[in-house]
Amino acid sequence: MTLPEGTPESIGPVTAPDEVVWNAPDAQPIVGGVFDEVTYQRAKEIIARYPQSRSALLPLLHLVQSVEGHVSQDGIRFCADALELTTAEVSAVVTFYTMYKRTPCGEHLVSVCTNTLCAMLGGDAIYARLQEKLGVGHEETAGPPGTQGSITLEHAECLAACDFAPVVQVNYEYYDNQTVQSTEELVDALGRGERPHPTRGAPLTDFRTVELELAGFFPDLAASVDGLSVGDETLLGVTVAAERGWAAPAMPDSPPAFPAVPEKKP
Amino acid sequence: MTDLITPMLTRRWAEPRSWSIDTYERTGGYQAIRSALEADPDELIQLVKDSGLRGRGGAGFPTGMKWGFIPQGPTGPGAKPKYLVINADEGEPGTCKDIPTMMADPHSLIEGCIITCYAIRANFCAIYIRGEALHPIRRVANAVREAYAKGYLGKDILGTGYDIDIVVHAGAGAYICGEETALLDSLEGRRGQPRLKPPFPATAGLYASPTVVNNVETIASVPFIVEGGSEWFRSMGTERSPGPKIYSISGHVERPGQIEAPLGTTLRQLLELAGGMKDGIPLKFWTPGGSSTPILTAEHLDVPLDFEGAVAAGSMLGTTALQIFNETVSVPWAVMKWTEFYKHESCGKCTPCREGTYWLLQILERMVHHEGTEADIETMLDICDNVLGRSFCALGDGATSPITSGIQYFRQEFLDLCAAQPLEESTQKVEPVGAMA
Repeated sequence: MTLPEGTPESIGPVTAPDEVVWNAPDAQPIVGGVFDEVTYQRAKEIIARYPQSRSALLPLLHLVQSVEGHVSQDGIRFCADALELTTAEVSAVVTFYTMYKRTPCGEHLVSVCTNTLCAMLGGDAIYARLQEKLGVGHEETAGPPGTQGSITLEHAECLAACDFAPVVQVNYEYYDNQTVQSTEELVDALGRGERPHPTRGAPLTDFRTVELELAGFFPDLAASVDGLSVGDETLLGVTVAAERGWAAPAMPDSPPAFPAVPEKKP
Repeated sequence: MTDLITPMLTRRWAEPRSWSIDTYERTGGYQAIRSALEADPDELIQLVKDSGLRGRGGAGFPTGMKWGFIPQGPTGPGAKPKYLVINADEGEPGTCKDIPTMMADPHSLIEGCIITCYAIRANFCAIYIRGEALHPIRRVANAVREAYAKGYLGKDILGTGYDIDIVVHAGAGAYICGEETALLDSLEGRRGQPRLKPPFPATAGLYASPTVVNNVETIASVPFIVEGGSEWFRSMGTERSPGPKIYSISGHVERPGQIEAPLGTTLRQLLELAGGMKDGIPLKFWTPGGSSTPILTAEHLDVPLDFEGAVAAGSMLGTTALQIFNETVSVPWAVMKWTEFYKHESCGKCTPCREGTYWLLQILERMVHHEGTEADIETMLDICDNVLGRSFCALGDGATSPITSGIQYFRQEFLDLCAAQPLEESTQKVEPVGAMA
């Protein structure tokens, strides 16, 4: 066997490298960061809703977004600490769901449905125009994130309002039967710091407030719940039935007796 | 013979503040629980079995039978806590019935939850609503609060000694969580990926305990069945698909919207109620129950839209989401857009679905850009064959539906795209062929 030139004849005694002891720093609770005492209290309340604590993870992540405007590494640690999970376990969940944003969002999140039916009726054109107008692409933000009038744009999959197509959501409130022009006007108004009322939903707030609601905390439920929810489309069948005098068959005057339960086979 | 429209679930929708407990009680609400809570739970299960109610979330599984699968008894699996989970993760393209239901009449759902919990002996119910459905979340959360305040929820409901808690849980944007086992994983705070079945949720669902997962429209029907009885419920619809159903009509019709009609109503009848085709442009294709149900054409106008009729016509009833497309719409384009959706929403757990949807989209995109070949059509059918039935859940199956049915009825359109000259660079942006509003 020929060894390459310069190879020492013996490699000498083999010694293990010096042992390195890694002193892991103590986990620092992140109180005093962006998460204040109120947020900790809310996290506890969320966890208490469920028979098992891990079920609280999705609402906790909404809570994090209500504070940070997205889910940062700190936010992931906040959830991991609260639920005694690893940050890897929380990260796996965050990255799975489209509503958790990994970069800071604008004051408002504008979602344009570009699924087949909305796209056909104008959704694709609306999204293309907004991209051009705002100079941003999917999940990008026009303006410094979080400042007044800043807008994060996204194209969304079916928003379950096909009878009102094409639909756009701002902070998950419905703006129905949109056109390129009406959506441009909507975005212009948002940019000026105005908050046009949605077609269906509560008076417009901002992305963070809405994320708090998704975590189950409603700043003013008595008012927000009252927001309009029906359109002519919703009431199509009811309206035609009333016009034509149609109804479901009449129910018996009192509930009929319950049926006998058949004997269980032994 | 009943009327063409039979408002049951929708009958309160036009009331002022229809979502409030005052309106609900004034119009007969929370009466059904009074008789239900006096019944034996098994009698309730029998009632729902007798009514023939079938799941409204797409699969059409008999509801009473599902409840009957929950093990009961003081020992063994029956001794575990039982759970009720409401699937309100509405996101199937075309489907838009549960969201208006929860906004307009959330108390029907809550009352249905109470009766169902009692019937299956559950003390905890979670209503999993998709996160983008913010206003429905508010309405349902408010209804839950109102119900607690009136003593319909909480400890010792109406003095019966029975406890029920309901939690409203917001999702976070994942179509796959509408699949019941993915929903359960999501509700447990994990990635929403489907589980292998069996075990079914009835034996190992939420927290590995016996669980009933039902759709909003299914459970909201329950109070009406208790009040009217199974015979009354069966006076609407067909023998094997009884009851009324909310049909959601969208797309190229004069008046899109929600129509609650007996199961078995035809598209011809529904189109008339929706004012006919928009601007009189003829119908080309439609989905009977969302994009995962194979498309049908103008020759299927008289198919009775119940579970059996839709299957006999080569499709499925799904969620009765009728998306209507007129002659201006390109079938390959529509199929490409739907495939984009499935590719985005595939959770990635099963290889056939994850890889299949990815490659199907690539092929469809080049085809729509006039760069496909005839062999691509066979390749797509071959991929579909390798996706269908080969994944844990039905998402992959659904992804193949628009493609195989699109090629079945409109193969020539795919061939024409292959024969067409490649698009110039400047016209790369593909429009849905003159359909732009």
